[in-house]
Amino acid sequence: MAEVLLKVKDLVKQFDGSTVLDGISFDVRRGEVIVVVGSSGCGKSTLLRCINALEPIQGGSVELGGEPVVHGSKNLAKMRQQIGMVFQSYDLFPHMNVIDNILLAPLKVQKRNKSEVRAEAMELLKRVGLEDRAESYPRQLSGGQKQRVAIVRALCMHPVLLLFDEVTAALDPEMVREVLDVMLDLAGQGRTMIIVTHEMQFARAIADRVLFIDNGKIVEDTDPDTFFENPKSDRAKQFLNIFNFERSK
Amino acid sequence: MPDLGLDVLFKGKNMLRLLGGLWVAVRISLISVALSIPLGILLGIVMTFKNPITKTVTRIYLEFIRIMPQLVLLFIVFFSSTRTLGWDISGELASVIVFTAWGTAEMGDLVRGALISIPKHQYESASALALSPSQTYFYIIIPQTVRRLIPLSINLVTRMIKTTSLILMIGVVEVLKVAQQIIEANRMSSPNAAFGIYLVVLIMYFMICWPISMLARYLEKKWR
Ligand SMILES: Nc1ncnc2c1ncn2[C@@H]1O[C@H](COP(=O)(O)OP(=O)(O)O)[C@@H](O)[C@H]1O
Ligand SMILES: [Mg+2]
Repeated sequence: MAEVLLKVKDLVKQFDGSTVLDGISFDVRRGEVIVVVGSSGCGKSTLLRCINALEPIQGGSVELGGEPVVHGSKNLAKMRQQIGMVFQSYDLFPHMNVIDNILLAPLKVQKRNKSEVRAEAMELLKRVGLEDRAESYPRQLSGGQKQRVAIVRALCMHPVLLLFDEVTAALDPEMVREVLDVMLDLAGQGRTMIIVTHEMQFARAIADRVLFIDNGKIVEDTDPDTFFENPKSDRAKQFLNIFNFERSK
Repeated sequence: MPDLGLDVLFKGKNMLRLLGGLWVAVRISLISVALSIPLGILLGIVMTFKNPITKTVTRIYLEFIRIMPQLVLLFIVFFSSTRTLGWDISGELASVIVFTAWGTAEMGDLVRGALISIPKHQYESASALALSPSQTYFYIIIPQTVRRLIPLSINLVTRMIKTTSLILMIGVVEVLKVAQQIIEANRMSSPNAAFGIYLVVLIMYFMICWPISMLARYLEKKWR
């Protein structure tokens, strides 16, 4: 088994005194794809945001490659470079074209060589089918294209861990597939990913492990077949029922 | 063609005098805008603070300036400063003070609007890419704020130029006042001059404000 890359231990997150995450612990090994599911508002986004310290936490710890990731700490920038994140809402910078969006952080944060990064960015854009869109502005792209660019932008930082927070939730149905395909491709390359999604078939196809969160705790942590066929908890059964339809006549 | 009295325009230095008056109006606007932009940016930033005191004070200032007719403000500054404070300020200085107070309020509100309209996600995506707070402001927030602001502040310039037509009421000889003087002087020889001269003044305002508006519209489109 590959070594542990991310270690989340007893993580507690509160907002104004109300506890959203109540002692979350799990490890992610290199190359693993974790899918996090749970009902709306259970804290999935919050968990991802705590992992790259966009939110301060009230207890527990997050470690990446043995080093702590701490909100407001000195080495946070260094840690965040290793964690790529893609959000649900389109978060490209609207005043920059696609290539500038992608190059900004590698050039300004990592101070890498421009022509080198550019060549890499073009290669990645090609891989997601957007090589002819390098000069386009975000407003000229469809939702699915924007999300693919956002994924490329994250990849260009050479992260060791990728976080995806419902990246297809705001997309029209016909664009969902093109984005999920990119993520399947990344999984095939052996990337380490934590994915929050409501696309259950996709979750089952891509996950090595499924985490089910309820009431601030991890209620199930198991392989996808077990989770979708034989969940242990009643809460998980209830949750999965939402996605099943009985024939109405 | 009816006699518009346009010949008056070419008598003596009348045309030059009109242009000089126009320059007075434009100069007052430009100085006021140049002062309003930095002051307005400061005010706008302060207006985004959550502090209830700064919130209330800036709000009252903004509302006061907006509710008062500019002419009343001009009278207050020009006459009351001379009478009650004993300062002998020129009409032009009084105009700059009032226009700057007004421009700062408007600019401040625009800056506030531009700042709060940058979605939280822009800050977060930048953080997630490991950009430092100062890099985030420099590369992400400020460029977007400025893009939103420039077309709006250009429109403020045209509004100011138009509003300078009020300052003849406190004795500043700007383009409209010059026009009146020319018409007065030629009342006997060219009784129709009023129409022609005012027409020329109208065209002058248009020639100044129209290109500025077009520029604003162009930038707005380009930077949408
Ligand atoms: N910035 C915040 N301030 C206060 N409460 C928040 C904040 N962000 C999230 N929450 C609350 O935390 C809970 C979990 O939210 P979230 O992580 O977005 O859920 P999910 O992504 O699973 O739908 C929700 O009840 C939400 O209202
Ligand atoms: Mg969420």
